[in-house]
Amino acid sequence: MAKIEDRALAPNASLNDDIGEETRLRMYRMQVEIREAEQRAYDLFLQNLVKGTSHLSLGQEAVAAGCAAAMKPGDLSFCTYRGHAHTLARGVPIEKVLGELMQRDNGLMRGKGGSMHLTSVDHGVMGSYAIIGAHLPIACGAAWRAQYKGQKDVSVCFFGDGTTNIGAFHEALNFAAVWKLPVIFVCENNLYMEYTPIGDVTAVPHPAADRAAAYGLPRIVIDGNDADIVYRTAAAAYEKARAGGGPSLIECLTYRYSGHSRADPAKYRPEGELEKWKERDPIKIYRERLKQFGVSEDIIDAIETYARRRVDEATEKCKAAPPPAVEILTTDVYANGGFAWRN
Amino acid sequence: MAELTYREAVARGIAQEMARDPDVVFLGEDIGKAGGVFKATVGLYEQFGPLRVRDTPISEQAILGAAMGAAMTGLKPIAEIMFSDFFAVCFDYIANEFAKSRYMSNGQVKCPLVVRTGNGAGSRFGAQHSQSVENWCMMIPGLKVVAPSTPRDVIGLMAAAVRDPDPVIFLEHKSLYSVKGDVPDGEIVDRLGIASIVRPGNDATIVALALMVPRALAAADKLKSEHGIDCEVIDVRSLVPLDTRTILGSVARTHRLFTVEENPRLCGWGAEIVSIVADEAFYELDGPPVRITTPHIPLPAADILEDLALPSVERIVERVKNAMES
Ligand SMILES: Cc1ncc(C[n+]2csc(CCOP(=O)(O)OP(=O)(O)O)c2C)c(N)n1
Ligand SMILES: [Mg+2]
Repeated sequence: MAKIEDRALAPNASLNDDIGEETRLRMYRMQVEIREAEQRAYDLFLQNLVKGTSHLSLGQEAVAAGCAAAMKPGDLSFCTYRGHAHTLARGVPIEKVLGELMQRDNGLMRGKGGSMHLTSVDHGVMGSYAIIGAHLPIACGAAWRAQYKGQKDVSVCFFGDGTTNIGAFHEALNFAAVWKLPVIFVCENNLYMEYTPIGDVTAVPHPAADRAAAYGLPRIVIDGNDADIVYRTAAAAYEKARAGGGPSLIECLTYRYSGHSRADPAKYRPEGELEKWKERDPIKIYRERLKQFGVSEDIIDAIETYARRRVDEATEKCKAAPPPAVEILTTDVYANGGFAWRN
Repeated sequence: MAELTYREAVARGIAQEMARDPDVVFLGEDIGKAGGVFKATVGLYEQFGPLRVRDTPISEQAILGAAMGAAMTGLKPIAEIMFSDFFAVCFDYIANEFAKSRYMSNGQVKCPLVVRTGNGAGSRFGAQHSQSVENWCMMIPGLKVVAPSTPRDVIGLMAAAVRDPDPVIFLEHKSLYSVKGDVPDGEIVDRLGIASIVRPGNDATIVALALMVPRALAAADKLKSEHGIDCEVIDVRSLVPLDTRTILGSVARTHRLFTVEENPRLCGWGAEIVSIVADEAFYELDGPPVRITTPHIPLPAADILEDLALPSVERIVERVKNAMES
């Protein structure tokens, strides 16, 4: 079983500036914005303004930021129910995401999908999937289309550690490897399924990486709390895929601060574990990184203030937005826009 | 005009669409080089090559998932699931994913794909390779469901399914693969949601699907010649969308309704039709509607038992005659 101590947490990330200031500032802004938006989602839940369920990625922001920052326009993201971060990281407006969580007419899908199904085709967010593992084969299909049509986009599929034990994971990995598809599988190993530690139910210590060899893929385990490392690993995998080198499987070690879903107080964690991970908070790490690269405190503060303001503005817009129009109850079941099943 | 088997019609229907549109691709187990376990896709690999006709691993979830991902992003895939019973191992895609993504995304995601599969009994394969699963599919909002009964309809409905912007479940009946029928030359394209009156009649309406259509026709001949009962036989062809107008119109003329269903009795498609007729044409009926179905059992392997389970020509004749005489 993987203990935190065993993990290959990054030594001092290399200071060589292959990433560049612009991308670094962008990744910082993404992480802060995701953090602020998700904390706001939690507050709104406590006020009973976010209904249904929601699954936060607090603590996992570096994976979303690093992977998205390395993408090009036209690249496709396939997310899970824990998908707010990945959706925001592709540039979907905060208002659209919060609006969907608050079940308002201004939501990304006008309340028809809910927090678990965030989708914005215009931003390359090809859906958030709530059946564990379902989207890995779907991402393969999108990658197949790119391969078939000679298009250069990659499909990036995010999922959790628990997802590595479902059949669709293994079907997709083999399928992608055999067909050499431009798809990247990103496992966010946050140590837990809903409540059970992944190590309790998995035959190998690294649920994704230790399976890579079975599909002829290299074993990749990285520090998922360091956006630079995520960015570099993702960029290399995308490049390989675009060049026809086939899929990659990347296991990112990270941790979620909140419970599994909105109602979970996460009592199942050993004492001190959360605190230990918070010492390696991705945003804290990245703030320091920016300073090491000579970014002034003023600029960093300005990014944070701007993110907060954007979340505040989005919140106000959502609070003022009406609920979904009742007419949409029966629209878009079929391509003709309606739900007619007979004449 | 040419005489084709139902299985040859499958290959011709797919070829017609692949030749027309380079975005149509085809994937499944043993479909390419081997020509399909039912030999229904012979020649496609040779004609369209390995990039468009792709053999897959035994991974039904990957097959349907990949079809969906490809459909969402611009292709028009045809996916084969060898036996419809195997829908049970990839049902997530059928029930939760491609059926619902358009709705959940408020119209953003489109899944123009076809899942074709060998459905139905008669091969003595037992309970896991013989089922009629049309009712599994019909109950899921977002899907369209068709089941051709003739070689000509295989081609016409295949074209309609491939060109349809929604996901379509295309049920081929395994016991019809070797049946021959006349097929016109040239392109054949039908529309989904059109039933056809395959035998006009005045005394009773018999509604049937797939393998039950030839049985209903044979029963109608006997009922006429031996009992003087003149039955109209309707081939439903498309369960979703459902051509209720043709069925209601027929019942308004004959005043009696019989359904012949291969699926086990509970929640079979005939129940829906009976309920629609009861709702909307109750006072047209001269007697209670009768559903002739497979009983609520898993299908047995032995020929004598399997034959007993499915509605047979004799059983249809018997049930119609008794109902009409009582
Ligand atoms: C097929 C299926 N089984 C079970 C569930 C219930 N479920 C939702 S999230 C979850 C845990 C998934 O854990 P992991 O893959 O590690 O992702 P994380 O939530 O940690 O991001 C489970 C069991 C589900 N949604 N789908
Ligand atoms: Mg997890």
